[in-house]
This record gives sequence, structure tokens and C-alpha cells, in this order.
Amino acid sequence: MLRSRHLLGIADLDPGEIEEILDTAEAMKEIAARPIKKVPTLRGRTVVNLFFEPSTRTRTSFEVAEKRLSADTLSVAVATSSVSKGETLLDTVRNLEAMAPDIIVMRHSSSGAPHLLARLCRSAIVNAGDGMHEHPTQALLDAFTIREHKKRLQGLKVAIIGDLLHSRVLRSNVQLLGKMGADVWACGPPTLMPRDLPRFGVTATTSIGSAVEGADVVMMLRIQHERMHGHYIPSTREYFELFGLTPERLRGAKDDVIIMHPGPMNRGVEIDSDVADGPYSVILEQVSNGVAVRMAVLYLLAGHEAEGD
Amino acid sequence: MKLLLKGGRVVDPATDRDGEFDVLIENGTIARLGRSIPADGADVLPMKAGWIVSPGLIDMHVHLREPGQEHKETIATGVRSAVAGGFTAVACMPNTDPVNDHPGITELILKRAAAANLARVYPIGAVSIGSRGEQLAELGAQAAAGCVAFSDDGRPVVPALLMRRALEYSSMLDVPIIDHCEDPSLKADGVAHEGFHAARLGLRGIPGAAESIMLERDVSLAELTGGRFHAAHMSARQSLRAVRDGKARGVKVTSEVAPHHFVLTDECLESPVRYDTNVKMNPPLREAADRDAMIEGLADGTIDVIATDHAPHHADEKLVEFDRAPFGIVGLETCVPLVFDRLVHTGRIGVRRAIELLSTNPAQILKLPGGSLAEGRPADITVLAPDETIEISASALASKSKNTPFDGWRLQGAAVLTIVGGRVVYQRGL
Amino acid sequence: MPQVMDADRMSRALTRIAHEILERNRGTSELALVGIRRRGVPLARRIASALRDINGDDVPTGALDITLYRDDLMRQPVGPQPVLRRTEIPFSIDDRRILLVDDVLYTGRTIRAALDALIDFGRPRAIQLIVLIDRGHRELPIKADYVGKNIPTSPAESVQVRLIEIDGVDEVVLQNAEAS
Repeated sequence: MLRSRHLLGIADLDPGEIEEILDTAEAMKEIAARPIKKVPTLRGRTVVNLFFEPSTRTRTSFEVAEKRLSADTLSVAVATSSVSKGETLLDTVRNLEAMAPDIIVMRHSSSGAPHLLARLCRSAIVNAGDGMHEHPTQALLDAFTIREHKKRLQGLKVAIIGDLLHSRVLRSNVQLLGKMGADVWACGPPTLMPRDLPRFGVTATTSIGSAVEGADVVMMLRIQHERMHGHYIPSTREYFELFGLTPERLRGAKDDVIIMHPGPMNRGVEIDSDVADGPYSVILEQVSNGVAVRMAVLYLLAGHEAEGD
Repeated sequence: MKLLLKGGRVVDPATDRDGEFDVLIENGTIARLGRSIPADGADVLPMKAGWIVSPGLIDMHVHLREPGQEHKETIATGVRSAVAGGFTAVACMPNTDPVNDHPGITELILKRAAAANLARVYPIGAVSIGSRGEQLAELGAQAAAGCVAFSDDGRPVVPALLMRRALEYSSMLDVPIIDHCEDPSLKADGVAHEGFHAARLGLRGIPGAAESIMLERDVSLAELTGGRFHAAHMSARQSLRAVRDGKARGVKVTSEVAPHHFVLTDECLESPVRYDTNVKMNPPLREAADRDAMIEGLADGTIDVIATDHAPHHADEKLVEFDRAPFGIVGLETCVPLVFDRLVHTGRIGVRRAIELLSTNPAQILKLPGGSLAEGRPADITVLAPDETIEISASALASKSKNTPFDGWRLQGAAVLTIVGGRVVYQRGL
Repeated sequence: MPQVMDADRMSRALTRIAHEILERNRGTSELALVGIRRRGVPLARRIASALRDINGDDVPTGALDITLYRDDLMRQPVGPQPVLRRTEIPFSIDDRRILLVDDVLYTGRTIRAALDALIDFGRPRAIQLIVLIDRGHRELPIKADYVGKNIPTSPAESVQVRLIEIDGVDEVVLQNAEAS
């Protein structure tokens, strides 16, 4: 049972709730193996996918999850032009409320946008990524994938490497892995490290060697080309030289290490193609696990809704 | 018209007075201070036990939004808010629309203030045309029209050369240049203090150094030119060092701090509510060490003035994502309670010091006729009740806008009577 | 708490049911057992074992979680969200005679949900229902084909089936709703 009727971030989940979501996702995963990949659980419920940032991967993953639970889904890709026309976020959502959506799945470029909606809207809100803040379903599917391979999260050394400063995937993963007792190492250039990183409960390092040394899981984050404009890195070439995950660098990790990436990948920038496509990579599994995890989240939240919250 | 304030504790640093005195007001000026003054036809206002009779409080950093942004505040509603907060005078910043870089706008502001006839309004003119930081505005004409200082507040004066020229030119007029100290490239698109809480919430940060390096620059320029530099709304502990060093070297530098910077910290970003846009202001709320440094600076004399940076915004404008919300909170009506509750009652500063910060010093810096209860001065008086407990209610504020993080706070200390030019313009409970 | 069936009686009932299955279906060809979680699953395994003892054949056995098909799921407070467990049916159900197994038959809604779930898995030739206890008070037109014991009850009572595999003991007890 989840305490909150929204999923705004890992920050609001306790370890018991995280376990519950992962266990439920296991049961949901089985549905994908059936001839009829559908259960009637959310029949009659309306779920709106409100994406203010373009995203094919996450949006389609949510859509499939919703359809497998028999919900009525509506995907709205809000073009930036309507925002520049001056309509506020609240007005956009209030217009949608005419449809009385039970759940709104939202991705937005401003940190805290789902929190604003959760305070002021009637629908339950699922955060599909807000600015640099959190991407809770990504962290949950990452944890699910790790758990499938390693049978546990506690005590694992997880190295997260890349643009730590701007990454919501980092913040969600650090919180989740921390709550579940993993040993998290965060690595990147100093210009791309959030302030007070050790206070997040991680070991911070600028050395990819020490991050990967003995790692059970290596998670690579995207480096956006735009980062050169804020003087964060001189070039993607130099970034790859110092922080790219190559087969040589990977040798320091455990023999049964798994390589993860939330996607989309910049091959040759943060990760070498040989590693991305190699035997240790579980990147494609992350994608298919995403549907099961999102089904679990929607199922658990929709049940909450029925209790008159 | 005669008014007699009977039996209050008069605290006036300008005349070095602290004791029980009656104050007789006649024809808008302070006629006499003394013991047991006979009423003799005057309206008698008995002062309750514990009340303090102070020279009228002066807020030298206020945004009245008129002309151009009257949906947030007008001069009329702004001065009503001022007197409700105990202020008999305010100095208003020029970032209106159009910017006050021209005597015509200064005259408009003065006219509207006179029509409202509550608190006195002293316009601060823009340093540069449109506050664009390119060309000096006509400071002489503006001073003649009534401007008491110059600032491009909202923005820093970016080119050092322009700041230098402004300081040199204004020294001829004996008027200070007030700078919103901020390095634009370090501030970039930041929205909160660069620290653990902003990092956790995924908000772009503004480091304390963005403020202090500009402030250090301005102190050096004031030293170079002999001009008078006043640092607006300080927030970072590094800034205090620069002010202290400058003063020690004899540079003409003064500084102010707003109540939220000695009361709140960046913890407010996460608690009680996450992403509350009513804690978004520039400069941002910083760490506990910065807040504590501000309190120290108030106590040890490094900081000269408490000014609210009253920045009204319409509710619709604040009800958006944190990134998009405008910076600023209202402050005129929460200032006195916060000063008493958090500084005086905690023993950090005494009543006399509080009045220096809120009245004596602003009057001196801007060369205003108020800030003193000497005989013959205009009867601008604030009566303070340090022991009165109040609860802040955003919806009940006199200001047109209600953007305050202090809604629901119970604080001890309030202004109970505001008198401007011998006229009672605000009385608490009425 | 009155015990209405002890371990011995339970075992004999299941053996009797196994014989009835063989009689009605004329052997075990095309049969498959599907237990409804939770307690239907060990019961299904025991019946499979009994069938093997009598007949020598292995009848495929699966487990069905019907949580996602319940009609009361999103309607009223069910208490904490029911725990979702895995469905494991490692064989095709097309053209088979499916023997659904549950511990207690009451309103019939669980069985309705199970029928819906099964049909999403394929098209069985027939579905028959085995229950250890039938306590009456049907709300839907559902009938059991094989019953271990009929126990008339009032709605204030509840029937608890306890199995060694889950509860450490084999027995069926009748509980009054007040006494817990």
C-alpha cells in the first residue's frame, strides 16, 4: 500500500513501498508473456499522459503499461508554442480536468512542476521526469533490473557516471539505492557535480577508475552536447577521453558486472559501442522492464484512488 | 492641530534620548518633548505601558510598481501597506514600466503619493537609461525633481566603468548609488541559493560569490572615486567581509539587509512545502551560516539599515513552476514584528539599535528630514508595541499582493500607531 | 473454534474427488489443474498427486492469481491493496479440460474472476470447478462440480481452510465474525 496518492519522487517512498512496487512489477512482467497481454484492472479509468518535453521512450512505455491494464489513455504532447502563448501550467491542466482524468502522468522541464499540480489538482499525479529533480519510474525500473540480476540491492557497489549536476535520473537513483542499502559511487567532472554531493550519501569522485573498481553495476548518464556552452566541458571528445566507458576501463569491475543506461545513448561520448552492445549490457532489458514497473505503479496508485482519497 | 503623545518611552538615537517623555505635536512638527506637558487643547493619545515612541520608520528599498504594473501594487495601496507596517516614509525603486529614468516619471510618482497622502514617498532614480546599463541617466535633473538616490535595482550596474562614472557624478550631488550586487554570468539562470537544498530539488543555483564579488568591486570603485556606495539587500556572508574591510579603510560604503535574510534559510525550499514560490527571491535565501552572519553584522554595526525590498507580485504570477515565478516577497507589514521577535526579544540587538537600523540611519544615508524626534522636525512618528503578539495573515495585508512566506506566523512586536506630518495615518485595531 | 474437518477427513475428501474426476472425465487425457491463489494452489497439487497415485498419469498443474480481475478491486475500500502474486501456467490451456481448484466457494465472485482470467489465456474445451468447502450464499450463477464438504453458514461466520504448506496444519475451522 503506498502512503501517498501521487508518485512525485523516490524522496517520498520508504524502503517497504519500494519493495512493494518491485514485487508487484514482477507479477506484472508475467502478463507480457501471455497471449492476451491485457488485464481488466483499470477498465473505465482515464489516464492522461501530459508531456511538456519530447520523449518517445518514456511516453510509449507508459502508454503500453496503461493499455495493458485496460485504462483509457490520452497522450498530450504540449508543444512549447502553447506555453509561449502564455498559458500557465495550471490552466493547461485545468482544461484537461474537464475529462476527469484519474491519473495524470506528467513530464515537464521545470523541477517541482508535478508538486505544484499535486497541490492544486484533483487527479493523482505520476512524475515522468521534472526538470533536474526526479524521474522515479526510471529509478524503479533500474532497481528492478538490478534486482533481477543480482537478487538484491543491499551492499552492491553501484557506480553512476556522467552529468550528475543536471540529471534527474541520478537524483532518483541515488535516493532509491541509498534507501535500499547499496553503496553508491558518483563520478564525473567537477563542473558537473551538484553542490555537497557527499551529503547525498554517495562517494563522489572524479576518477572513473576508482568508481568502476569492483563495481557490481555501472550506470552511465547522458552528456548533452549543449553542456559545452555553459563551459562545463571543453568538448565531447575530451569527455570521452576522461570519462567514457570503454572495455579497458570496464575490466576493473566485477566479473558479473551489469552495464546500464537510461537512454538515449550518445555512443562514443559517454559509452563505447562495444560496451553498450556487449555481453554485460542490460540496457534493452531496462526498456522492457519499464512497462512492468509502470504497470505496477499505476495499479498501486489507482487502488489508492478508489479509497476516496 | 495639536496632538499630545502622553507617557511613552521615547527612544531617539539621533538626539541620544531614551526615557519617558510626552511629545507635543503642533502644525505637523514636533513642538516639544518634556515631562508632564499639559494638554491645553491638544488631542491626547495616552501611550500604554511598554510602548515605544520612535522617529518614523523609513523603508529605503520598496517596489511600488506604479507606473506600469498596477496589478501587483499601486502607490496608493503601497503607502497604505507602509503605514500599516509602521513606516512613515519609503524610498521606491525605479524598475517600474517605464523605468524611472526621467523627471516626468519622478513627478508622476510624487503626485500620486501626495494624492494618497499617507506615507512619504522618496523616489530612487535609475542610474542608466532604462536601467539598461549603457548610458548614464540625467542624474542632475532627477535629483532636482526629487530623487534621493540612484539604482538600477532588479539588475546590477554591470560595466565597472559605468559604476565608476555614476559614483563620481553622484558625489557632486551628494547622493548615494545603490547597487543590486550580482555578477550576471555567475548568477546565470539560477533561481535559488547554490547549496544542498537546491541541488536536492534540482534547482539551478546562485552562489554567494555572485553577490560578494560585485560588492567587492563596488567598494573598490567607491574608494577610487570617493563616491557613496550603498549595497542593497545583502545575503551572503562573504559580502559582509567586503563591507567591513571597506569601512575600516574609510570608504563611503553603507549596506542594508532585508528581514527574510536574517530570519529564513534555504531549508525553506523543502519545508514546510517544497517549491513554494513565496520563498523565491533575489538574492535568494542562503545557508544558516549566512543568516547568522547577517545577524552578527546587524549587531556589530557592519550593516547600517534594515530595508524590506518589498516586492509585490500578483497571485497568478506566483502560482507557477518555481523556475518561472518572479523573484520577490512583500515585506512592509512583516518587518517590525520580525525585527522585534527575532532580533530584539532574542537579545541580539537592543531597541535603540533597532531604531537606528529602521529610521536614524536610512534618514542619514538618504539625507531625509525624518529619522529624528528633535524639536522643530516634521512629526513623523511610529509608536511600537514590542510586547504585542500578532499573527500574520496574508489575506489581511493592506498591500494589494499577498506573496509572503510568513502567513500564519505568530510574532511578538508590532507598530500600533503611525503618524505622518502630525496626522495619525494608521492605528492598530482600527 | 469449531473444527469442521480434520486432516484425515480432508485427505479422504481429496482422494474421493480424484476418483470422481477420473470417473467423469474418463481418464486424465486433456486434463489440467489450475489452483486459485493462495490455498487453491497446494490443493491442486495434492489432487494432482492423488490422480498420479490412482492412475499413474501426471496432470499438468498451474497457479492463477486473480487479483487483477476482481470486480471489487477499484470500487470500495478493500483494506490494504491486495498483494499481487505471480500467475504461473506453464502450458497451453487451449482445448484442455481445466479443473479450477479453490479452497472455499462462497459468493462465486472469485470464480467469475478466475474464468475471465483463464479465457485471456486461451480457449479451453471445458472448465470444471473443484472446491474443498462450499459454504453457500452464492451471488452469481456459479456451481461447483466437485465438493469436498458442504457447510451451511451464516454471513456472520467465516470458513478458514488451513493447509500444512501454508499454515502448518491441515484443518477447516468455522469462525464467528466477532471472535477473531
